Amino acid sequence: MLNHYASIIRFERVNKWYGRDFHALRDIELEIGRGERVVVCGPSGSGKSTLIRCINALEPFEQGRLVVDGVALGAEGSAKDNADERAVQQVRRRVGMVFQQFNLFPHLSVLDNLTLGPRHVARLSRREAEAQALAQLERVHIAEQAHKFPLQLSGGQQQRVAIARALCLAPQILLFDEPTSALDPEMVQEVLDVMTDLAGQGITMVCVTHEMDFARSVADRIVFMDQGQIVEEAAPAAFFSQPESARAQQFLAKLHRPG
Amino acid sequence: MAVWPMIPARAAPVRQDSWLAWVRRELFGGWLNALTTLALLAWAVSALPGLADWTLWQAVWRPDADACQAARGSGACWGVIAEKQRLILLGRYPTPEHWRPVLASGLLLALVVASGLRRCWNRWLLPAWLLVWAAFFALMAGGFAGLAPVPTERWGGLPLTLMLATLSILLACPLAVLLALGRRSRLPAIRVLCACYVELVRGVPLISVLFMASFLFPLFLPAGTTPDVLLRVLLGIALFAAAYLAETVRAGLQSVPAGQVDAAASIGLGWWQTQRLVVLPQALGAVVPGLMNSFISIFKDSSLITIVSLYELTGSLGLALSGDPVWRPYMIEGYCFITAIYFVVCAAMSRYSLWVERQQAHALTR
Repeated sequence: MLNHYASIIRFERVNKWYGRDFHALRDIELEIGRGERVVVCGPSGSGKSTLIRCINALEPFEQGRLVVDGVALGAEGSAKDNADERAVQQVRRRVGMVFQQFNLFPHLSVLDNLTLGPRHVARLSRREAEAQALAQLERVHIAEQAHKFPLQLSGGQQQRVAIARALCLAPQILLFDEPTSALDPEMVQEVLDVMTDLAGQGITMVCVTHEMDFARSVADRIVFMDQGQIVEEAAPAAFFSQPESARAQQFLAKLHRPG
Repeated sequence: MAVWPMIPARAAPVRQDSWLAWVRRELFGGWLNALTTLALLAWAVSALPGLADWTLWQAVWRPDADACQAARGSGACWGVIAEKQRLILLGRYPTPEHWRPVLASGLLLALVVASGLRRCWNRWLLPAWLLVWAAFFALMAGGFAGLAPVPTERWGGLPLTLMLATLSILLACPLAVLLALGRRSRLPAIRVLCACYVELVRGVPLISVLFMASFLFPLFLPAGTTPDVLLRVLLGIALFAAAYLAETVRAGLQSVPAGQVDAAASIGLGWWQTQRLVVLPQALGAVVPGLMNSFISIFKDSSLITIVSLYELTGSLGLALSGDPVWRPYMIEGYCFITAIYFVVCAAMSRYSLWVERQQAHALTR
């Protein structure tokens, strides 16, 4: 798998604690290739979200090193805030993120949500930014809603707007943090369809999700986490048919027999 | 298993009600309700005729001191307002120059009203603010182009109230935002400093702040370098108001979900950009009623500057009546007059705040 790609994300023995006692990420070693599609799964509280939030420096970590598209975050042994502001800004311009709760800006129209980054970070003119934003809205099939406010849209529509917003800075990497978990069941598919479209377009995707059908059909690799550590990595076919670790077996068994 | 056909939507039924049924239900439904209604009715029947007599039927409307004297005790003397309106509204400002404060206040009021209208929110607003303030102070102070100079001690009445309220709100707001942001800073020194400021200022009455600004502060400066008393008092009110506003703003900041900051960071916005573009618009929008509450209270608190010998609306009423033995007995009528002025301004402010809330609800509804 990995051998076919040049690496774009590399975790080197990353450790993170919440407070003194909660060891949230334990010796994370993970390499993700350019254009690779990785699904991170595992029980709740296993550190999946923390892991991907490290990739665009939303979470600082205490030990280790993380290289994202050639930019290093938190050199070995650095103190608490590994926030070299410049590195952080560089990384965030190359990484887009989609959140479970959408996190659209409710006081701005859909179009303004999309142009905020391009106008104030990339310093595009309003005209350029709007043209580009409309193109991204087309891509998620929602251009006709450009002048509405986020809360006037359905959950599925809001999440597609959020994906378009993440695409507006032309990121190399897209992070998805449980993008369908807050949606009504009838809206999950429209979001997964958009994500599947994107997966076919060569962008690097790291996705925390419980949608195992999506994982099976789209992912190049599954990363299974439990209690802050990576327990198992495998191709989807192998992971779903014959998980090696006992914990992954338990996890999958529960998924197949819900309730 | 069964399948039912679709039911088309119907209009909701309208309750058909005679007014008598309404009265019986709303005013006499239950013995407590009936008792309250009767008590209020009895009070209205006993009190209102006397009040109407005093304010309207027996009142003297001409500025006629003898007629007022004759009607004392039974009717109001509204003539006092006609007689003293200039003194009440403009204080000790020199009489031949009265057109200047009137024009200045007109400009200021027009500016404030225009700033509240959506269709005036464009790039002319900032230059307009600068221009109007320059005009206001030029007109009030004079000393150029043949306008007689008028020192700030002689400014008074409504212009002074309007100027103090507007300018102290204007100065307090940015400071309040900085204090509120500071109290949530990651840097402990800034956090502690801002918290101390807020607690200290809130722990002191406005009167003592004004006393300090007016009498104590000049003692610490070399003679002759003291800034104008009006400026000192203005800064005092602004610094005082900022502490209260800061807590309101902080409540707003806390109402913005952490996910908003995450989202702003994820599209590459820096800290200041995040606050300015994402957090503050939502935070301030959430606390419009609280902010307007403080603005109204600043507007009325400006009357406290009387104690440092600056005569704004309330102070100039005392000035106008207490020094004149003929008209001194009609203080109540004078107070009714300025009460009406305060009420009109405050009611306008609170209506405006409701309008702003409705505008937001419009944009944010599902």
